Amino acid sequence: MSATAAPLLELVDLARHFPVRSAFGRRVGWLRAVDGVSLQVRPGETLGLVGESGCGKSTLGKTVMGIYTPTAGEIRFSGREIGRLPRRARRAVAKDLQYVYQDPGASLDPRWKVRPLLHEPLLIHTTLTRAERDREVGAILAAVGLPDAHLDLYPHELSGGQQRRVGLARILTLRPRLVILDEPTSGLDVSVQASVLKLFRSLQETFALTYVFISHDLSVVRVMCESIAVMYLGKIVERGPTARVFEAPRHPYTRSLLAAVPRIGGRRVIQDFALEGEPPNPRDIPTGCRFRTRCPLAQARCAEEEPALRPVDGRAVACHFA
Amino acid sequence: MAELLAVRGLRVDFATDRGPAQVLDGINLDVAAGEVVGLVGESGCGKTTLARAILGVLPESAARIRGGEVRFRGVDLLRQDPAAVNEQVRGRAITFIPQDPFTSFSPLFQVGTQIMDLMKWKSPRGRVRPAALFGRYPRARRRADREAVLDTLRAVQIPEPTRALRRLPHEFSGGQRQRLMIAMALLPEPDLIIADEPTTALDVTIQAQILRLLRALVKERGVSVLFTTHDLGTAHELCDRVVVMYAGQEMEAAPTDAFFGRPAHPYTRRLLASVPGPEGEIRDIPGEVPSLVAPPAGCRFHPRCDHATAECRVERPGPRDLADGHSVRCHHPVDAPAGAGT
Repeated sequence: MSATAAPLLELVDLARHFPVRSAFGRRVGWLRAVDGVSLQVRPGETLGLVGESGCGKSTLGKTVMGIYTPTAGEIRFSGREIGRLPRRARRAVAKDLQYVYQDPGASLDPRWKVRPLLHEPLLIHTTLTRAERDREVGAILAAVGLPDAHLDLYPHELSGGQQRRVGLARILTLRPRLVILDEPTSGLDVSVQASVLKLFRSLQETFALTYVFISHDLSVVRVMCESIAVMYLGKIVERGPTARVFEAPRHPYTRSLLAAVPRIGGRRVIQDFALEGEPPNPRDIPTGCRFRTRCPLAQARCAEEEPALRPVDGRAVACHFA
Repeated sequence: MAELLAVRGLRVDFATDRGPAQVLDGINLDVAAGEVVGLVGESGCGKTTLARAILGVLPESAARIRGGEVRFRGVDLLRQDPAAVNEQVRGRAITFIPQDPFTSFSPLFQVGTQIMDLMKWKSPRGRVRPAALFGRYPRARRRADREAVLDTLRAVQIPEPTRALRRLPHEFSGGQRQRLMIAMALLPEPDLIIADEPTTALDVTIQAQILRLLRALVKERGVSVLFTTHDLGTAHELCDRVVVMYAGQEMEAAPTDAFFGRPAHPYTRRLLASVPGPEGEIRDIPGEVPSLVAPPAGCRFHPRCDHATAECRVERPGPRDLADGHSVRCHHPVDAPAGAGT
């Protein structure tokens, strides 16, 4: 890992808890969706955030975006704390941070043509003149691989793939520095997925973007991300360079997760796969290590003492036995 | 192995605003007894329509079967008396595992009630009489059925089956609901289970558990499975044989090892190449899936195919046998191991 570049995004013990309420509105507990996450993302890097559903990876992304306010901890964006800014100052930061939902095409207003859709973000966040905006929109549209003629079409006149490109263009018009991609390929066919991933890569080069890539698909994360953070029930259990983590995972959860991915041509995963049970309810997190209820290595110590992330073999692992 | 299901030249159209969409165009498909067959293809290629056509649950208002046959145990289901099919085949000899275990239960009734409702009509023990809504459910059979239900719930590893029957669907996790669905598909003791992407809604670790369970149970009971999926990895995990479809035509059918190791159809090769590999290369298939309202003539993959020639644009080739159980419908099949160029 190079320590030279200052991180673009740095999370320090970030937490986001949601109150759990009874039928009468009384708070009966906390759902600790994100519970003390520390991370660094360097400029130009792609960080993969992986984990099973309910592990808090989307909550983490949305907290960074400012959709949720953090319960505790800090979010530093190019050195500046942005987690608790007043609304107006936060809005200035919003320009540099963008969030891509699962299907960026679905968030287009069906009553607007492509041209106003692409002009809107510039109207809100910049003081460019109409001619300047036109030039900017044209450049972005070319970058996502759409012809100019599409500016005068409605979203329903475009194919699904083209809608997706317009959705991405809309996000890029503001020239963000950090883009959070939330499950951008789930539910896509492999051939479409390949084109989408190619597009993400070329956009990253063209616009010098930094990505946080939230996904449960490990094979995609492997080809897209330089570093990876594995989450389980609101905590990071292993974090490090992708190649290293994939070659020799040290946390038992990472191992099971990697072992569960079907590998074409190899031995069938279902012949060897050993992880039993399902993740516990996040309202009712086990004491000590959160993974101990499913862990093949668990011992008495795991129930008493929560393992901290510590450096092991070029990455950080939160396990007593790594 | 004995033939259980044979689909021959099946054509199905769907009425759309722009004219009939030719969703299935002369499909052939074989499932032998005790075999797990994967039906893979991209979304919109017609795999779900094919599954529904076999079950006989195509939407009546829109779908029209234009030709072909669906032979099950030697009898063409399309030409059978619908009442007889309903009584003896659908839900009895052929059962179904849906994609989405979240919406397949009624949220208002206990799981046990819903499973016993199924057993009342589709139990392998009862002589099924014409279904009367308030028909009698003989007590002896009910007791035997209940035992079978508890046994099957144990087999799919639902903890505390007796208590589980009294719970409501929302009290189960997604993985457990899919286990219940598998149990319900097994209970009528069918010959064939059609599983429509049963693990797409699940996480990988749960998916591995469910696939392992499903394969163990069907192999133990000798049930055939037709497993539709767009995930090539799960097809590799579960299946003995794989059939690939593109835009309503089946392209290639081969035993799992040959399908992934020596794919012969250019489409299969492109599809397999687009799976992200460890080397980090990303290869897509240029072009888009054709419209089914005005599909290309001949082989429907020809506009995107590097090997296409004049004859591909005119005529769709018949199945050509390459090796044991490996057949391909292509004028220019490729003979090289996977990964050796496309």
